[in-house]
Amino acid sequence: MIVADRKPIEEIIGYLKDHKNILVLGCNECVTVCEAGGKKEVGVLASALRMHAKKEGNEVKIDEVTLERQCDREYLDEIRDSIDQYDAVVSLACGVGVQFTAEQYHSTPVYPGVNTCFMGATEKRGLWTERCQGCGQCILATTGSICPVARCAKRLFNGPCGGSTDGKCEINAEVDCAWQLIIDRLKALDRLDEYEKLCPLKDWSTDRAGGPRKVVREDVQQ
Amino acid sequence: MRLQYPPNIRIVRVPCSGKVDLIHILHAFEKGADGVCVLACLEGDCHFNNGNLMARRRVEQAQEILNSIGIGGERAQMYNLSASEGPRFAQYVTEFTEKIKDLGPNPVKLAKNKAA
Amino acid sequence: MTTKTPSKLEKILSEGHLAVTSECGPPRGSNSEHIIKKGELIKDHVDAINIADNQTSMTRLCSLAACIRLKLMGLEPVLQMVTRDRNRIALQSDILGAASFEINNILCLSGDHQSFGDCAQGQNVHDIDSIQLIQAVRHMRDEGKFLGGDDLDGKPQMFVGAAANPFADPFEIRVPRLAKKIAAGVEFIQTQCVYNLDKFEEWMKGVRDRGLHEKVYILAGLTPMKSVGMAKYMQKRVPGMDVPDEIIERLKGVEKGKQADEGIKICIESIQRLKECEGVAGFHIMAIEWEEKVPEIVEAAGLYPRPTVN
Repeated sequence: MIVADRKPIEEIIGYLKDHKNILVLGCNECVTVCEAGGKKEVGVLASALRMHAKKEGNEVKIDEVTLERQCDREYLDEIRDSIDQYDAVVSLACGVGVQFTAEQYHSTPVYPGVNTCFMGATEKRGLWTERCQGCGQCILATTGSICPVARCAKRLFNGPCGGSTDGKCEINAEVDCAWQLIIDRLKALDRLDEYEKLCPLKDWSTDRAGGPRKVVREDVQQ
Repeated sequence: MRLQYPPNIRIVRVPCSGKVDLIHILHAFEKGADGVCVLACLEGDCHFNNGNLMARRRVEQAQEILNSIGIGGERAQMYNLSASEGPRFAQYVTEFTEKIKDLGPNPVKLAKNKAA
Repeated sequence: MTTKTPSKLEKILSEGHLAVTSECGPPRGSNSEHIIKKGELIKDHVDAINIADNQTSMTRLCSLAACIRLKLMGLEPVLQMVTRDRNRIALQSDILGAASFEINNILCLSGDHQSFGDCAQGQNVHDIDSIQLIQAVRHMRDEGKFLGGDDLDGKPQMFVGAAANPFADPFEIRVPRLAKKIAAGVEFIQTQCVYNLDKFEEWMKGVRDRGLHEKVYILAGLTPMKSVGMAKYMQKRVPGMDVPDEIIERLKGVEKGKQADEGIKICIESIQRLKECEGVAGFHIMAIEWEEKVPEIVEAAGLYPRPTVN
């Protein structure tokens, strides 16, 4: 899923200082799972914003809505009838949701309420870690299903570097060395001989480097 | 045991302090409460294992938010005691009420009253 | 062995001499006096001088410019190049630039992570890695082509090196990793500083068992300790560094004013022991901000005078 983290309330208050009718818009997907932008977090942020506004003596209306998704138009349409009541939206969806909401509602400012961090997994409640950077050409088949792009600080295709110590990365003793994991995994799969295969230069044109990307599937288009 | 404790508190009963969510604490302040204290079982004594520990974390979250919006995190507090400690209950509640009196009314309520 | 480039370092190694290289860190500013002075200090005692490329991610005068300075003094530079800061366009371009000044040695590295340096908030590039950089230089030199496939007008005549750290984890892939670099086309290796001689010799045995020492020249890296403090720092704080407790105890055993001399002594003894290690083709002496000690070490280790080659 896409993992996000809460923005400081002070920052959000700063964006909203000139607005009087505000919609706090949550998303029921990834950001709900990582407890950054679901219905609960919408309630908390809206409550905090209302209290702040009252304390400052500002007449501000703050409503709460949480959509099934903000990355699909059909769900965003659910606020079409009410959007004109608001002069600002704080979207607690990932960066995709913020932008897609803004594209749907051109004349309403949409502010981000979370920092979108990465594509990752839930290790346990309150701990999410990165697994994928969406480079567009998956090489996991050759690296024991552990991604050096997302998990090596130098995204080495022929690692590890000389900084790997006791299975940890040189940048931080809390970070696993991706190449240690790859080697352990190849060993477990009895495929360690594959370690010596040279990995060729990566084609980054399907990564961020190639500009905004799209997936076109004519076979499923309507 | 006829114990005295301040009459201006309102008790909200929950089956376990773990039931108290962050949003409950915030809504209480939004509606004008001057302080919220969560009274939970002693740590290590939760019938549901970790309800009181979760409550503590939520009180801490509430404190953080109250601080960041200028209401003051010290208005939310956590106390641990056992169900049989009536006198301690009275003592904690009295202490907390005194503390909140010193802090004065909830600024949200003040502003609301002024506006009305 | 025959040589493939005009590199003096390659000639010395191919004639079977034990090579001696050293290293200079470029200055943190545009003042090139330091580099000239450091070059002057060691030029008669070493065969080639590495110029680090923004080592530990601290921004410095660029390796290429410092290499050109040495070249203009008639010395033999080794251009260190990290893949951290340049994409494949910049890497190829700098290789060609260096080759145009007849810089004939390159050391291909991935580089320390930028979080160690003065631009911790900066982006890193890592378009390709150090092993792929070895392949890239060999491709340009041997095929006379850019990575993109076009013909080069003038091939970079570079003797291609890389680093190896026999002490990093996991130890079991340390020899396979060297084999991988050899498969990529590396011709010489400069190792991480060797303090744990037993472990180094164990690694070298693994290298010999696979015959890798016949496919690549291995220069053992050595850095004299200036003090107990430095030894402790290297042991605890420098990733991938193996400083055995004996080294620290030995330095502790002498009075403070004599610790530097003891460090030099350890360094010289290490060279003498490793000279006997089959497959060691030379020494890379990295006297960090202590270049003036290099001649003394080289002489005392019996590596002076340096051979002359045509």
